[in-house]
Amino acid sequence: MSSPVIAARLLTKKYKELAAVDGISFEVEPGESFGLLGPNGAGKSTTMRMVGAVSTRTSGDLDILGLDPNEHGPEIRSQLGVVPQQDNLDQELRVRDNLIVYGRYFGMSLADCGRKADELLEFAQLSDRKKSKVDDLSGGMKRRLTIARSLMNDPRILLLDEPTTGLDPQARHILWDRLFRLKEQGTTLVLTTHYMDEAEQLCDRLVVVDKGAIMAEGSPAQLIRAYSTREVAEVRFGSERNAEVALLIEGIGERLEVLPDRILIYSDDGDAVLAEIARRGLHPITSLVRRSSLEDVFLRLTGRSLIE
Amino acid sequence: MTSSPTFAPTRPQSKPRSGTIGALYAGNARSVVARGLLATRSTNYWVVLSGFFEPVFYLLSMGLGLGTLVGTVGASTGQQVPYAAFIAPALLAVSAMNGAIYDSTWNVFFKMQYAKLYEGMLTTSLGPLDVAIGEISLALLRGGLYAGAFMIVMQVLGLNLAWTAILALPAVLLIAFGFASLGMAVTSYMKSFQQMDWIAFVMLPMFLFSATFYPLSVYPPVLQWIIQALPLWHGVELVRGLTTGALSLAMLGHVVYYLVMIAVGMVFTTRRLRALFLD
Repeated sequence: MSSPVIAARLLTKKYKELAAVDGISFEVEPGESFGLLGPNGAGKSTTMRMVGAVSTRTSGDLDILGLDPNEHGPEIRSQLGVVPQQDNLDQELRVRDNLIVYGRYFGMSLADCGRKADELLEFAQLSDRKKSKVDDLSGGMKRRLTIARSLMNDPRILLLDEPTTGLDPQARHILWDRLFRLKEQGTTLVLTTHYMDEAEQLCDRLVVVDKGAIMAEGSPAQLIRAYSTREVAEVRFGSERNAEVALLIEGIGERLEVLPDRILIYSDDGDAVLAEIARRGLHPITSLVRRSSLEDVFLRLTGRSLIE
Repeated sequence: MTSSPTFAPTRPQSKPRSGTIGALYAGNARSVVARGLLATRSTNYWVVLSGFFEPVFYLLSMGLGLGTLVGTVGASTGQQVPYAAFIAPALLAVSAMNGAIYDSTWNVFFKMQYAKLYEGMLTTSLGPLDVAIGEISLALLRGGLYAGAFMIVMQVLGLNLAWTAILALPAVLLIAFGFASLGMAVTSYMKSFQQMDWIAFVMLPMFLFSATFYPLSVYPPVLQWIIQALPLWHGVELVRGLTTGALSLAMLGHVVYYLVMIAVGMVFTTRRLRALFLD
């Protein structure tokens, strides 16, 4: 097995007294697609900034492509592609110029930049917009341009901080498709997200982060197996009745969760759960059976209360 | 499109660098300058031109208009020069300052706070010193352009009294460099529009009182010292000496003042960019 491209050990970042990242350890193998999942404020972006060699760690060890970012920031950055949470495209430049100028920042020749820019515009499905102003692009196009830009220097690792936040479903699916192609080509992807479907689509392996610490680690399937059941039955009896009905269906399935608007019953056989509820003479207003998802894992690990 | 292209490797061989300077400087400030020049294509040229016209209007109204009433004025060496020839070099220094300050304050503020331009630049292999040198060079270029054009106006109006006026060109570049460097350093510490207004609050009185329109000798000594501590006065004196031919050794002091100003601005800008974007 080749050595990991990212190795973090007890990585910590403190702002004054507050620990944004509190001693996390993980490794990313070459070609792997690795996800950091967590609610807002969990420390995902701070971790990404340290991995991106634009933030200095407070303590712990960090090794990116065999180098210490504290001492080799520019060399590490020359081999990374960065897609920040907020687009920071150059508004004063047109689409193709955005790519060329960015390539120049890496010291690439003008000829290389031009060739690469055209390749990547094709890849990002923006060839017909190369002369457009950045402002005139849709949100999804801007994101694709940002990703194209991050690939100008042929990065060995691509860092994506919430790549599809704020995009409509169509734009997200196009973006996932592009990212999946990069993954197939062997680019190492590291991404943060709080969309569970995104993590399931793109990540080979992920860690769930909350309050600066790692809560769980594994592949999406492993995490679902470990922290949830195969299926979930959701039943609604109306906001007033849910709590009292919950007492009557106690014992069905492996675990029960009562929410204000519905009851979740975790079980490997959701249909059997619904049948049992009917047998007990209860008739929910609506019911459905779905496969358990990372979202269930995530909410179980990080709690349902709003974290700000 | 459905085919997925495979990308030819174009990654430049990264030179191993070590030490502190390696983390700050990639030797690629020209890419920042090139970006600025390309971006200028999309800016409004009338806005750019307005900065040049301001001192020209002052020269016409005060120098040619008011000058007919004033007659001649004594330069710092005691030499008597016509009023228009007295204020023209001061306005030349001001035009260099204006150009440099426009670019290094408001434009830098916008790029830093709203366009997130430097944040993007610093995720590449560029270092903060590359960004500082590149942006300051652009401001210097603008200051130089304004001053060069103003110099032509002076020549046409016959306000360059000595051959040494030609040396005023490098002198205004030095002045523009100084203001660009300090301007960017100051701006990098600014967080809001209100704070940016303080810059204008300092600039206007400095423009009016730095021996621009009358000799420093009209002030009581205490006020003279204050004016002499401010950068514009050094620029005004330096350029005035060169265009009127009233040369003195004190001019070397003015040059040194600007060299220090450039160095201080560079150091603080680099430090601040590093603290902001590479914490």
